[in-house]
Amino acid sequence: MKEINSVEVANLIESLCIKANICAPEDVMEGIILAKAHEDSSYGQAVLEDLLENIELARKERMPLCQDCGMVVVFVDWGQEVLLVGSTLQESIDEGVRKAYLENYLRRSVVNDPLYERKNTGDNTPAIVHCRLVGGNEAKFTVVPKGMGSENASALAMLSPADGQEGVINFVKSTVAQKGQNACPPLIVGVGIGGNFESAPILAKRSLLRPVGSRNTDDRYSQLEEKLLEEINGLGLGPGGYGGRVTALDVHVEFMPTHIAGLPVAVNVCCNALRHASGHL
Amino acid sequence: MNIKTKRIKTPLNDKIVESLHMGDRVLLSGFVYTARDAAHERMLKALRQGDPPPFDLRGQVIYYAGPAPAKPGTPVGSIGPTTSGRVDRYAPVLIEMGLKGMIGKGKRSEPVIAAIKSHKAVYFGATGGAAALLAMKVKSSKVIAYEELGPEAIYEILVEDFPLLVVIDSEGNDLYSMGPKKWHTFKVIEEDERS
Repeated sequence: MKEINSVEVANLIESLCIKANICAPEDVMEGIILAKAHEDSSYGQAVLEDLLENIELARKERMPLCQDCGMVVVFVDWGQEVLLVGSTLQESIDEGVRKAYLENYLRRSVVNDPLYERKNTGDNTPAIVHCRLVGGNEAKFTVVPKGMGSENASALAMLSPADGQEGVINFVKSTVAQKGQNACPPLIVGVGIGGNFESAPILAKRSLLRPVGSRNTDDRYSQLEEKLLEEINGLGLGPGGYGGRVTALDVHVEFMPTHIAGLPVAVNVCCNALRHASGHL
Repeated sequence: MNIKTKRIKTPLNDKIVESLHMGDRVLLSGFVYTARDAAHERMLKALRQGDPPPFDLRGQVIYYAGPAPAKPGTPVGSIGPTTSGRVDRYAPVLIEMGLKGMIGKGKRSEPVIAAIKSHKAVYFGATGGAAALLAMKVKSSKVIAYEELGPEAIYEILVEDFPLLVVIDSEGNDLYSMGPKKWHTFKVIEEDERS
């Protein structure tokens, strides 16, 4: 059995947190460049120019793309033939987050208690960890620092099976119409359909990791993505929400089996600063 | 369409505010004050107790922002706008006390727009997500209140040619409401659910 020391996990998480906060993924940058070619609104053009300049500056000056360096979400695919030695998975991930945020001028935005004390934990921990056990002898990590401005624009609906495709489209569209302007458009909209009350939102978040411009491999869901993108851009919110053609750079839909009585739909809205970085041990 | 660009300085007065119209591009220079939810909560608590606010609000501009920590030798870390709607419940009182400008991103409530109209104030949008770019326009920063709140403390920051857009002008014209109407592709758009 292969052994991985928790220090290795912490070191990898640290470097992924730094990279994700400073370097915009290529596909997101290309999405913004493409949006600029399609945008006819002058306000929209000005916002997209700012964003491209911001991406360059952040990389050059090694500054975070956004002051909201997020709450850190970590997707882990842990090979069953790997044994973790030292601390627990949560502890080793938190150690990496702590070092990254304390030593690299990243904003710490986590409070200990949501309702009463609301005291900053000081080191941006804990991270939110979604771990799957998979085959093999590798551990794969994807770090997603997710800002709350766009999390606050996200929503879950437990639709009825009879609501069908139309119900899904209406819910996604109305979610973006209501709060999309608050969430730093152009957006990337992640949609998770199926599963149950807790799995649909995780699917939606996971869908954000697919490259901007990619389509679901299932034709029906691929067409749904196209349809949703057209509908969302038809809202006319535009870059910055000031009006324009490009409200979303892309829409990703992921699906999974569900119960005979259900049609859960989760919409995870992401701002233009979609940040993620991956690595493995 | 050409966007007009105006250079203005803080503190603001009625004359400056009235010269700004929805959709104008503004380059703002002078001191502005950062404040987020927690700082607003404390300011309003102080005011309710009859204590003075941590800075004289008259003519001033609040930036809804909490910067990333500054690297050594730089005035401030990345500093983009946070969602303004979260402080809507506090803003009208501050506008009544003489606050003239607000910088943020996202829609404002009807009571805030009403206060903007009746007291002649202005709401500016800064590009959400352009936090490193905006930091380049900040020349100095210091915490003036609520240091224990960390990124949520009130910072006095000196900005030079800080790039903004007039989103809600002193007549209550709102680009977030009017801008998309020109671009949406269906007949009826659901009205904003303003709280």
